[in-house]
Amino acid sequence: MEDTLVIRGIEFRSRLWVGTGKYKDFEETARAVEASGADVVTVAVRRVNITDRKSENLLDYVDPKRYKILPNTAGCYTVEDALRYSRLAREAGVSDMIKLEVIGDERTLFPDTIGLLHATEILAKEGFIVFPYTNDDPIMAKRLESAGAAAVMPLGAPIGSGLGIRNPYNIKIILEGATVPVLVDAGVGTASDATIAMELGCDAVLINTAIADAKDPIAMAEAMKHAVLAGRLAYRAGRMGKKLYATASSPFEGML
Amino acid sequence: MRITLNGEPYEAKGTNVAQLLEELKVAPGMVAVEVNLSIVKKADYAAHPLHEGDTVEIVSFIGGG
Repeated sequence: MEDTLVIRGIEFRSRLWVGTGKYKDFEETARAVEASGADVVTVAVRRVNITDRKSENLLDYVDPKRYKILPNTAGCYTVEDALRYSRLAREAGVSDMIKLEVIGDERTLFPDTIGLLHATEILAKEGFIVFPYTNDDPIMAKRLESAGAAAVMPLGAPIGSGLGIRNPYNIKIILEGATVPVLVDAGVGTASDATIAMELGCDAVLINTAIADAKDPIAMAEAMKHAVLAGRLAYRAGRMGKKLYATASSPFEGML
Repeated sequence: MRITLNGEPYEAKGTNVAQLLEELKVAPGMVAVEVNLSIVKKADYAAHPLHEGDTVEIVSFIGGG
Protein backbone atom coordinates (compact mmCIF):
# COMPACT_ATOMS: atom_id res chain seq x y z
CA MET A 1 0.00 0.00 0.00
CA GLU A 2 1.69 3.18 -1.21
CA ASP A 3 1.72 5.85 1.48
CA THR A 4 4.37 8.33 0.51
CA LEU A 5 4.39 11.83 1.91
CA VAL A 6 4.68 14.34 -0.92
CA ILE A 7 5.08 18.06 -0.29
CA ARG A 8 5.41 20.45 -3.24
CA GLY A 9 6.34 17.55 -5.47
CA ILE A 10 9.09 16.34 -3.16
CA GLU A 11 8.73 12.72 -2.04
CA PHE A 12 9.65 11.93 1.54
CA ARG A 13 10.71 8.38 2.37
CA SER A 14 9.96 8.69 6.08
CA ARG A 15 7.37 10.45 8.19
CA LEU A 16 9.90 10.89 10.96
CA TRP A 17 11.99 14.01 10.55
CA VAL A 18 14.85 14.54 12.97
CA GLY A 19 16.94 17.38 14.31
CA THR A 20 20.72 17.26 14.67
CA GLY A 21 21.15 19.39 17.80
CA LYS A 22 22.35 18.39 21.29
CA TYR A 23 24.23 15.23 20.33
CA LYS A 24 27.51 14.29 22.00
CA ASP A 25 29.40 14.41 18.70
CA PHE A 26 28.89 14.11 14.95
CA GLU A 27 29.47 10.36 15.10
CA GLU A 28 26.52 9.95 17.46
CA THR A 29 24.42 12.32 15.35
CA ALA A 30 25.07 10.23 12.25
CA ARG A 31 24.26 6.96 14.00
CA ALA A 32 21.03 8.33 15.49
CA VAL A 33 19.89 9.76 12.15
CA GLU A 34 20.65 6.43 10.49
CA ALA A 35 18.78 4.45 13.17
CA SER A 36 15.75 6.74 12.90
CA GLY A 37 15.34 5.99 9.21
CA ALA A 38 14.67 9.71 8.71
CA ASP A 39 14.85 11.28 5.30
CA VAL A 40 14.82 14.88 6.49
CA VAL A 41 17.29 16.32 8.97
CA THR A 42 17.11 19.83 10.33
CA VAL A 43 20.20 22.00 10.79
CA ALA A 44 20.91 25.47 12.13
CA VAL A 45 22.68 28.32 10.35
CA ARG A 46 25.64 29.70 12.27
CA ARG A 47 28.96 31.48 11.77
CA VAL A 48 31.79 29.33 10.41
CA ASN A 49 34.56 28.78 12.96
CA ILE A 50 37.30 30.89 11.42
CA THR A 51 39.96 30.27 14.06
CA ASP A 52 39.78 26.47 14.00
CA ARG A 53 39.50 25.41 10.40
CA LYS A 54 40.35 21.81 11.23
CA SER A 55 37.04 21.43 13.06
CA GLU A 56 34.81 18.98 11.27
CA ASN A 57 31.56 19.78 9.57
CA LEU A 58 28.19 18.23 10.42
CA LEU A 59 27.46 17.65 6.75
CA ASP A 60 30.58 15.45 6.47
CA TYR A 61 28.64 13.06 8.70
CA VAL A 62 25.10 13.66 7.51
CA ASP A 63 25.47 13.48 3.76
CA PRO A 64 23.22 15.95 1.89
CA LYS A 65 23.18 13.50 -1.04
CA ARG A 66 21.51 10.97 1.20
CA TYR A 67 19.33 13.17 3.40
CA LYS A 68 17.15 16.16 2.69
CA ILE A 69 18.62 19.05 4.65
CA LEU A 70 16.08 21.37 6.23
CA PRO A 71 17.77 24.51 7.60
CA ASN A 72 16.00 26.31 10.42
CA THR A 73 15.90 29.87 11.66
CA ALA A 74 16.22 28.86 15.31
CA GLY A 75 17.25 31.71 17.56
CA CYS A 76 15.58 34.37 15.40
CA TYR A 77 13.31 36.69 17.35
CA THR A 78 12.43 39.12 14.56
CA VAL A 79 11.05 38.83 11.06
CA GLU A 80 14.18 40.56 9.72
CA ASP A 81 16.49 38.00 11.33
CA ALA A 82 14.37 35.08 10.18
CA LEU A 83 14.45 36.39 6.60
CA ARG A 84 18.20 36.96 6.79
CA TYR A 85 18.91 33.44 8.06
CA SER A 86 16.54 31.91 5.50
CA ARG A 87 18.21 33.68 2.60
CA LEU A 88 21.68 32.74 3.85
CA ALA A 89 20.57 29.12 4.23
CA ARG A 90 19.29 29.02 0.68
CA GLU A 91 22.45 30.63 -0.66
CA ALA A 92 24.54 27.98 1.11
CA GLY A 93 22.98 25.76 -1.46
CA VAL A 94 21.44 22.69 0.10
CA SER A 95 17.78 23.42 -0.31
CA ASP A 96 14.94 25.86 -0.92
CA MET A 97 13.22 24.43 2.14
CA ILE A 98 13.23 26.42 5.36
CA LYS A 99 11.96 25.49 8.78
CA LEU A 100 10.81 28.94 9.74
CA GLU A 101 10.97 29.94 13.36
CA VAL A 102 10.21 33.41 14.64
CA ILE A 103 10.53 33.02 18.37
CA GLY A 104 8.48 35.20 20.68
CA ASP A 105 9.82 34.43 24.12
CA GLU A 106 13.05 33.00 25.52
CA ARG A 107 11.55 30.98 28.31
CA THR A 108 8.86 29.14 26.37
CA LEU A 109 10.34 29.46 22.87
CA PHE A 110 6.75 29.86 21.75
CA PRO A 111 6.46 31.28 18.25
CA ASP A 112 5.66 34.92 17.59
CA THR A 113 2.90 33.93 15.21
CA ILE A 114 2.29 37.45 13.92
CA GLY A 115 5.92 37.72 12.85
CA LEU A 116 5.81 34.15 11.60
CA LEU A 117 2.87 34.88 9.33
CA HIS A 118 4.58 37.93 7.91
CA ALA A 119 7.85 36.07 7.29
CA THR A 120 6.02 33.11 5.73
CA GLU A 121 4.31 35.38 3.24
CA ILE A 122 7.54 37.07 2.20
CA LEU A 123 9.57 33.85 1.88
CA ALA A 124 6.83 31.98 0.02
CA LYS A 125 6.79 34.82 -2.52
CA GLU A 126 10.57 34.46 -2.87
CA GLY A 127 10.10 30.82 -3.83
CA PHE A 128 11.01 29.21 -0.53
CA ILE A 129 9.31 25.99 0.54
CA VAL A 130 8.27 27.25 3.95
CA PHE A 131 7.67 25.01 6.97
CA PRO A 132 6.54 27.38 9.73
CA TYR A 133 6.89 26.28 13.34
CA THR A 134 3.66 27.51 14.88
CA ASN A 135 1.40 27.21 17.88
CA ASP A 136 -1.37 24.63 18.12
CA ASP A 137 -3.77 27.30 16.91
CA PRO A 138 -6.15 26.18 14.13
CA ILE A 139 -6.84 29.74 12.97
CA MET A 140 -3.16 30.59 12.63
CA ALA A 141 -2.61 27.30 10.78
CA LYS A 142 -5.16 28.43 8.17
CA ARG A 143 -3.59 31.85 7.96
CA LEU A 144 -0.14 30.34 7.39
CA GLU A 145 -1.57 28.11 4.71
CA SER A 146 -3.09 31.14 2.95
CA ALA A 147 0.23 32.94 3.26
CA GLY A 148 1.89 30.20 1.20
CA ALA A 149 3.25 27.72 3.76
CA ALA A 150 4.07 24.34 2.20
CA ALA A 151 2.99 22.65 5.43
CA VAL A 152 2.23 23.74 8.96
CA MET A 153 4.18 22.57 11.95
CA PRO A 154 2.26 23.07 15.18
CA LEU A 155 4.06 22.35 18.42
CA GLY A 156 2.93 19.50 20.63
CA ALA A 157 4.52 21.22 23.64
CA PRO A 158 7.41 23.69 24.13
CA ILE A 159 10.66 22.91 22.29
CA GLY A 160 12.81 20.49 24.28
CA SER A 161 10.16 20.03 26.99
CA GLY A 162 9.24 16.42 26.24
CA LEU A 163 5.72 17.07 27.54
CA GLY A 164 4.06 15.27 24.64
CA ILE A 165 0.99 16.34 22.67
CA ARG A 166 -0.61 18.70 25.16
CA ASN A 167 -3.63 19.61 23.09
CA PRO A 168 -4.54 16.73 20.78
CA TYR A 169 -7.96 18.31 20.18
CA ASN A 170 -6.45 21.43 18.65
CA ILE A 171 -4.11 19.31 16.52
CA LYS A 172 -7.18 17.39 15.35
CA ILE A 173 -8.97 20.64 14.44
CA ILE A 174 -5.86 21.86 12.59
CA LEU A 175 -5.83 18.57 10.67
CA GLU A 176 -9.51 18.88 9.78
CA GLY A 177 -9.07 22.34 8.33
CA ALA A 178 -5.71 21.96 6.64
CA THR A 179 -5.23 21.50 2.93
CA VAL A 180 -1.45 21.33 3.38
CA PRO A 181 0.40 18.64 5.35
CA VAL A 182 0.55 19.01 9.13
CA LEU A 183 3.67 18.02 11.05
CA VAL A 184 3.97 18.05 14.80
CA ASP A 185 7.20 19.82 15.64
CA ALA A 186 8.43 20.00 19.22
CA GLY A 187 7.17 18.44 22.42
CA VAL A 188 7.50 14.74 21.71
CA GLY A 189 9.17 13.13 24.72
CA THR A 190 9.01 9.42 24.03
CA ALA A 191 7.77 6.93 21.47
CA SER A 192 4.12 6.95 22.53
CA ASP A 193 3.94 10.73 21.99
CA ALA A 194 5.06 10.28 18.39
CA THR A 195 2.49 7.54 17.93
CA ILE A 196 -0.27 9.77 19.32
CA ALA A 197 0.65 12.52 16.85
CA MET A 198 0.54 10.07 13.97
CA GLU A 199 -2.70 8.43 15.16
CA LEU A 200 -4.33 11.85 15.12
CA GLY A 201 -3.56 11.94 11.41
CA CYS A 202 -0.46 14.12 11.31
CA ASP A 203 1.55 13.71 8.13
CA ALA A 204 4.89 13.56 9.94
CA VAL A 205 6.62 14.30 13.22
CA LEU A 206 9.81 16.26 13.79
CA ILE A 207 11.89 15.15 16.77
CA ASN A 208 15.22 16.27 18.18
CA THR A 209 15.59 16.40 21.97
CA ALA A 210 13.59 13.23 22.70
CA ILE A 211 16.21 11.29 20.74
CA ALA A 212 19.35 13.30 21.54
CA ASP A 213 18.66 13.50 25.29
CA ALA A 214 17.66 9.86 25.70
CA LYS A 215 20.11 7.73 27.69
CA ASP A 216 20.66 5.73 24.53
CA PRO A 217 19.94 8.04 21.60
CA ILE A 218 20.50 5.34 18.99
CA ALA A 219 17.95 3.01 20.58
CA MET A 220 15.48 5.88 21.01
CA ALA A 221 15.93 6.85 17.36
CA GLU A 222 14.93 3.34 16.39
CA ALA A 223 12.00 3.40 18.84
CA MET A 224 10.77 6.62 17.22
CA LYS A 225 10.99 5.04 13.78
CA HIS A 226 8.69 2.23 14.88
CA ALA A 227 6.42 4.60 16.82
CA VAL A 228 5.82 6.77 13.75
CA LEU A 229 5.22 3.74 11.53
CA ALA A 230 2.82 2.23 14.08
CA GLY A 231 0.92 5.48 14.56
CA ARG A 232 0.59 6.05 10.84
CA LEU A 233 -0.61 2.50 10.22
CA ALA A 234 -3.10 2.71 13.08
CA TYR A 235 -4.43 5.98 11.66
CA ARG A 236 -4.87 4.41 8.25
CA ALA A 237 -6.39 1.28 9.74
CA GLY A 238 -9.00 3.36 11.57
CA ARG A 239 -9.36 2.80 15.26
CA MET A 240 -12.38 1.16 16.88
CA GLY A 241 -14.99 3.29 18.57
CA LYS A 242 -14.66 3.94 22.31
CA LYS A 243 -17.38 2.40 24.48
CA LEU A 244 -18.09 2.87 28.14
CA TYR A 245 -18.96 -0.78 28.83
CA ALA A 246 -17.46 -4.11 27.91
CA THR A 247 -18.30 -6.18 24.85
CA ALA A 248 -17.08 -9.76 25.07
CA SER A 249 -14.49 -10.85 22.55
CA SER A 250 -15.31 -14.56 22.93
CA PRO A 251 -18.72 -15.83 21.70
CA PHE A 252 -21.38 -17.12 24.12
CA GLU A 253 -22.39 -19.90 21.71
CA GLY A 254 -21.07 -23.29 22.68
CA MET A 255 -20.64 -22.45 26.32
CA LEU A 256 -21.41 -25.27 28.81
CA MET B 1 42.94 45.53 4.95
CA ARG B 2 41.00 45.64 8.16
CA ILE B 3 37.55 44.12 8.06
CA THR B 4 35.12 42.73 10.60
CA LEU B 5 34.82 39.00 10.01
CA ASN B 6 32.15 37.03 11.85
CA GLY B 7 32.01 39.70 14.51
CA GLU B 8 35.78 39.92 15.09
CA PRO B 9 38.39 42.32 13.68
CA TYR B 10 40.40 40.65 10.92
CA GLU B 11 43.32 41.70 8.74
CA ALA B 12 42.45 40.36 5.30
CA LYS B 13 45.13 39.74 2.68
CA GLY B 14 42.66 38.98 -0.09
CA THR B 15 40.91 41.78 -1.90
CA ASN B 16 37.81 39.89 -2.94
CA VAL B 17 35.48 37.29 -1.40
CA ALA B 18 37.03 34.33 -3.27
CA GLN B 19 40.52 35.24 -2.01
CA LEU B 20 39.25 35.72 1.52
CA LEU B 21 37.68 32.23 1.54
CA GLU B 22 40.92 30.82 0.16
CA GLU B 23 43.10 32.42 2.84
CA LEU B 24 40.68 31.18 5.51
CA LYS B 25 40.73 27.71 3.94
CA VAL B 26 36.95 27.74 3.81
CA ALA B 27 35.65 25.61 0.95
CA PRO B 28 32.97 27.59 -0.87
CA GLY B 29 30.72 24.51 -0.95
CA MET B 30 28.10 24.75 1.75
CA VAL B 31 28.69 28.24 3.07
CA ALA B 32 26.99 31.55 2.47
CA VAL B 33 28.73 34.90 2.52
CA GLU B 34 27.29 38.26 3.41
CA VAL B 35 29.14 41.54 2.94
CA ASN B 36 27.65 44.57 4.67
CA LEU B 37 24.34 42.71 5.12
CA SER B 38 24.04 41.78 1.41
CA ILE B 39 24.38 38.17 0.34
CA VAL B 40 27.12 37.55 -2.20
CA LYS B 41 26.16 34.87 -4.74
CA LYS B 42 28.66 32.05 -5.11
CA ALA B 43 29.21 32.93 -8.76
CA ASP B 44 30.20 36.46 -7.74
CA TYR B 45 32.84 35.59 -5.12
CA ALA B 46 35.82 36.45 -7.32
CA ALA B 47 34.20 39.59 -8.68
CA HIS B 48 33.06 40.94 -5.33
CA PRO B 49 35.73 43.31 -3.99
CA LEU B 50 36.39 43.82 -0.28
CA HIS B 51 36.97 47.27 1.14
CA GLU B 52 38.50 48.56 4.34
CA GLY B 53 35.91 48.45 7.11
CA ASP B 54 33.62 45.91 5.43
CA THR B 55 31.57 43.66 7.65
CA VAL B 56 31.76 40.09 6.41
CA GLU B 57 29.78 37.11 7.67
CA ILE B 58 30.49 33.54 6.62
CA VAL B 59 27.93 31.01 7.75
CA SER B 60 27.41 27.30 7.42
CA PHE B 61 25.29 24.56 8.95
CA ILE B 62 25.60 23.10 12.43
CA GLY B 63 23.47 20.73 14.45
CA GLY B 64 20.03 22.10 15.25
CA GLY B 65 16.44 21.10 15.71
